[in-house]
Amino acid sequence: MGDPKQYWKENVGLVVKLLSIWFIVSFGMGILFIDYLNEFQFFGFPFGFWMAQQGSIYVFVALIFFYVVKMNVLDKKFGVQENDVDISVNSVKKDKR
Amino acid sequence: MDIQTLTYVFVSISFALYIGIAIWARAGTTDDFYVAGHQVHPLANGMATAADWMSAASFISMAGLISFMGSDGAMYLMGWTGGYVLLALLLAPYLRKFGQFTVPDFVGERYYSNTARTVAIICALFVSFTYVAGQMRGVGIVFSRFLEVDITLGVLIGMAIVFFYAVLGGMKGITYTQVAQYCVLIFAFMVPAIFISILMTGNPIPQLGFGSELIADQGVYLLDKLDGLSTELGFGKYTSGNKSTFDMICIVAALMVGTAGLPHVIVRFFTVPKVRDARLSAGYALILIAILYTTAPAVASFARLNLINTVSEANYSATPEWFKNWEAIDLIAWRDKNNDGKIQYVAGDAFKGKPIFTSGNGPSGERLLLNVDGGSVNELYIDQDIMVLANPEIAQLPNWVVALVVAGGLAAALSTAAGLLLVISTSIAHDLFKKMLLPSITDKQELLFARIAVGVAVLIAGYFGINPPGFVAQVVAFAFGLAASTFFPVIFMGIFYKRMNKEGAIAGMISGLVFTTSYIIYFKFIDPSANNENHWWFGVSPEGSGTLGMTLNFMVAFTVSSLTAAPPKNVQDLVERIRVPRG
Repeated sequence: MGDPKQYWKENVGLVVKLLSIWFIVSFGMGILFIDYLNEFQFFGFPFGFWMAQQGSIYVFVALIFFYVVKMNVLDKKFGVQENDVDISVNSVKKDKR
Repeated sequence: MDIQTLTYVFVSISFALYIGIAIWARAGTTDDFYVAGHQVHPLANGMATAADWMSAASFISMAGLISFMGSDGAMYLMGWTGGYVLLALLLAPYLRKFGQFTVPDFVGERYYSNTARTVAIICALFVSFTYVAGQMRGVGIVFSRFLEVDITLGVLIGMAIVFFYAVLGGMKGITYTQVAQYCVLIFAFMVPAIFISILMTGNPIPQLGFGSELIADQGVYLLDKLDGLSTELGFGKYTSGNKSTFDMICIVAALMVGTAGLPHVIVRFFTVPKVRDARLSAGYALILIAILYTTAPAVASFARLNLINTVSEANYSATPEWFKNWEAIDLIAWRDKNNDGKIQYVAGDAFKGKPIFTSGNGPSGERLLLNVDGGSVNELYIDQDIMVLANPEIAQLPNWVVALVVAGGLAAALSTAAGLLLVISTSIAHDLFKKMLLPSITDKQELLFARIAVGVAVLIAGYFGINPPGFVAQVVAFAFGLAASTFFPVIFMGIFYKRMNKEGAIAGMISGLVFTTSYIIYFKFIDPSANNENHWWFGVSPEGSGTLGMTLNFMVAFTVSSLTAAPPKNVQDLVERIRVPRG
């Protein structure tokens, strides 16, 4: 197993990066700069309006799947991925009951 | 077949399906009952989470709200989906690793304190009860409009169904019925949306349709047409907003953080076998939710355009049947102010408050009203909640589509109600009795307690559904504000800040709880006349107060914890352990 501190650091780094994008598309493009972006036409939509009602949601979905893939890689890199048996904190207690 | 017969057929088939699943997925142990034995496939959990999350409000009300709010309606779309990013990245995997049954469990263990657990139980019960009352009411309204039974009988039927599969199957039964309910509700939402999109724009994908050109008006984009009509009638441009930017930010943040902190959503991630399944199933859940959430704004603009085209300057006597049906159950009202027999639909209130009808009829046959006139020439009142239900009729779709939408609305309300009832039951049977009052009870006895608790909770929820407290609509904001200002900060710090101790967490939760509660109660109940921008703190409406409560929670928690002792070694080790998937 790799260094848990380093694993945690890389995990938090990834989360911070993804949440910055999350913030930019929703609060940034969907709210703060919506009026400015509305001056651009995107197919039949004003662009800001489209970001707020459509685009941001697509980005949210992409962010989660990107995170899933990246974390699986990170788990393997540090050798902390799960085995195929249930290894939750609680499993020991469960056996006792 | 007429609409009513078809509706009976569709609703009966879907109910029979739910009951069949409940019998197949009976729970044998508390593990089954609380978390479906940690054995749910991530995709199944994604579907169940989506159905659990999408309530009567998402299915029935949201598109209607957006339809009347235009651009500002985006706050619901972003707020109720963006929360899943927080859930997937910040909470779900770690809570799954922790591996217990409930949110109060986590709070109690992580903060080594029964006081913390008790505060968490109170919040969980409050959030869930306010939410579930609304669902039962939704069931009642759907029944009364489309099956022409009494609202009370409608609620009783809904209660009986939920009672059956929640008591029998617990989380296991609920999970698999929710999978079925997701399929029913998404099909029911998409079919009319696709039909209407084809009719209006020729594009079968609603997400693209509302950015396309109209068939009826070659070369004119749908949204441009809508902007034009809205402006003409005084509503302002559909595609630009009216809310202040800061308030909008606070509302969206409160909805996002509240979504991530809602106990009935969090608990779904305890049901999957592994940490990596928890991450993945959050992704599945959001895709499945996004299908409805990206279609809703399209439905909203279709409905808006259709509505204006149908009613504006139309003769009341020539209005279609749906108009009179909704008027008959008080959700549409019309007062012929200028006595021309035509409907003038422009911006402004037709009259003050919700319609109060007399028994008499006016010259055109409309139901007469007691209300005082509003300061506008507008003659029409439309309840926003009817837009999705009325949409297929407004667009003149075939009867079976209308019946399908009814079954979908019921699926959305029942699936959410069941998830909430389970949270209530586990909070009482597991957190209150097993963990605090009667720790010596056996697994069998605890299971019995859990079943009784679900039963009692169904009865209470049903009571609120039949006798709705006038404040149901107002308290939904409350549920999110409360979840945002209590659960989210306390769980987040429990995972990401090892130094956070019980003193900090309890002080933080209580200040968030007290602040948000007082803010909402003051503006909604004590002094509603002061509920406007001039009196709000920092210009934040009660709907966005969860953001203020959350900020306060964080500040108080950090201050108090830095002045008191660090948490004991075994708790710090627990935090280390939940941060890695293995071990």
